[in-house]
Amino acid sequence: MTISGTRQLDIAKIRKDFPILEQTVFGHPLVYLDNAATTQKPVSVLKAMDDYYTTINSNVHRGVHHLSQLATDAYEDGRRKVAEYINARHTHEVIFTRGTTEAINLVAASFGKKFLKEGDCILVSGMEHHSNIVPWQLVAEERGAQLKVIPIDDNGELVLDGLDRLLEGVKLVAFNYVSNALGTINPVATIIAAAHGQGIPVLLDAAQAVQHMEVDVQQLDVDFLAFSSHKLYGPTGFGILYGKEEWLNQLPPYQGGGEMIKTVSFEKTTYNDLPYKFEAGTPDMAGSVGLGAAIDYVRELGIQNIQRAERELMEYALGVLGDIDGLRLIGRTDASRRAGVVSFLVGNIHPFDLGELLDKQGIAVRTGHHCAQPVMDRYCIPGTVRASMAVYTSGEDIDRLAAGIRKAAKMLG
Amino acid sequence: MTIQEQQEDIVSDFEYLGNWDDKYEYIIQLGKELPLIEDKYKTDDNLIRGCQSRVWLHVDYIDGKLEFTADSDAVITKGLISLVIKVLSGHTPKEIAEAEITFIDAIGLSSHLSPTRSNGLLSMVKQIKLYAVGYMAKSVQQ
Repeated sequence: MTISGTRQLDIAKIRKDFPILEQTVFGHPLVYLDNAATTQKPVSVLKAMDDYYTTINSNVHRGVHHLSQLATDAYEDGRRKVAEYINARHTHEVIFTRGTTEAINLVAASFGKKFLKEGDCILVSGMEHHSNIVPWQLVAEERGAQLKVIPIDDNGELVLDGLDRLLEGVKLVAFNYVSNALGTINPVATIIAAAHGQGIPVLLDAAQAVQHMEVDVQQLDVDFLAFSSHKLYGPTGFGILYGKEEWLNQLPPYQGGGEMIKTVSFEKTTYNDLPYKFEAGTPDMAGSVGLGAAIDYVRELGIQNIQRAERELMEYALGVLGDIDGLRLIGRTDASRRAGVVSFLVGNIHPFDLGELLDKQGIAVRTGHHCAQPVMDRYCIPGTVRASMAVYTSGEDIDRLAAGIRKAAKMLG
Repeated sequence: MTIQEQQEDIVSDFEYLGNWDDKYEYIIQLGKELPLIEDKYKTDDNLIRGCQSRVWLHVDYIDGKLEFTADSDAVITKGLISLVIKVLSGHTPKEIAEAEITFIDAIGLSSHLSPTRSNGLLSMVKQIKLYAVGYMAKSVQQ
């Protein structure tokens, strides 16, 4: 399927932007298929961060001096790029965090403190990453609230039949756009509309979405959205919480410290405006610069072009892997509702054994429960082997994976 | 054979195995061949939880020596377990407690003993040592 108005990407040329790919592992050229865990970084990101430290590093928003102003401009430029990338109405709706996990914890803690009472419910889905389960459990326990779960079916899709009833008593819905364990693209619009129909805000974990498809927060009308820089070709330890202004203004601060205050006395502290209210302490300036450069890189390639290339590759991968004897795909078997991730098992082979023999052939995959144990429990499996793609993943990578699986299966068979 | 001799034996076996395929095929074979543990001992109490694969370990104390049986749901882990058991089982608690496991490193599979690997092998070696220390303490009391 061709996505209209897109152009073909030159994958061989793109791969040259990622020097880490040009290495051998155990004597084999590296096949990196663990992109859902973290993507590699293009030279432009590395250079931008290097330049930041080499030429303008200084603390932001504080100094009267020249470098501090340049550092502040660079830091805020990153925020503007993020806001544009997700089409936020206001730049100050973009809060910098350490990653998706911290972004979700921020909302769980602050929203919970303000809005959750005993007997209230938080609704999550059965295919969440632990990062979108545990923060809610922590706050639910503290406030005497409960967690409810949208079930999943055998195809790895959310069961929405009873959604309206599930939404009763719910104060917030939190679920992922794309499942990190299965690759399923969830029916985001339907769930958001149902929640809003009952006046319930929605937090979307977009950690596995923003690198694969266009995410427009205004079009989605989502209330909170979280993602990580390092899965979007940017640096590690940096992430984004988007929140609608009206929601963020209602939430109390998450952490206290410098930057997030207006005035401090021992009697009373007044908090800073958005976004600084949620950014206590010296922030990660180089992180913002790096993520900004990563977004520039993605926008230059065009996210729609990336989506098209990855969908074609997904179709190819599903075909090639589907031909392997005994290989069982977990989740949907068509590319149209799947992004980035192929999760599978082969015969009765333990995923760990398969992963290890792939590693010896220079093929990097993830094995295990992918921090989504409830998903594995749903399928009564100990885990899966997960191959995950990025824009630089080639058809040859998929061929090497398939050959590697065949060899491993033969050795283990 | 002492624990040290047993380890040297394994290392020299592996020297004949040239490339990684041969090494792994040998380990996989060991993993498949050995019925390591009786089903009645595959209990939750005997389960050592690694993040990725599960390992069951059972101990018997016979004539002053510790006899171990074990199993894992991952066959490579199971093969390595059978080697560890070959090395450590049938020795006195003191010998086991004082033994240094060097062969896994020597055959080039040291990553299996890395704490981040979480495949249960490291936890199993630790558990064997704990049993040995426990039985040493017991025998002193007696």
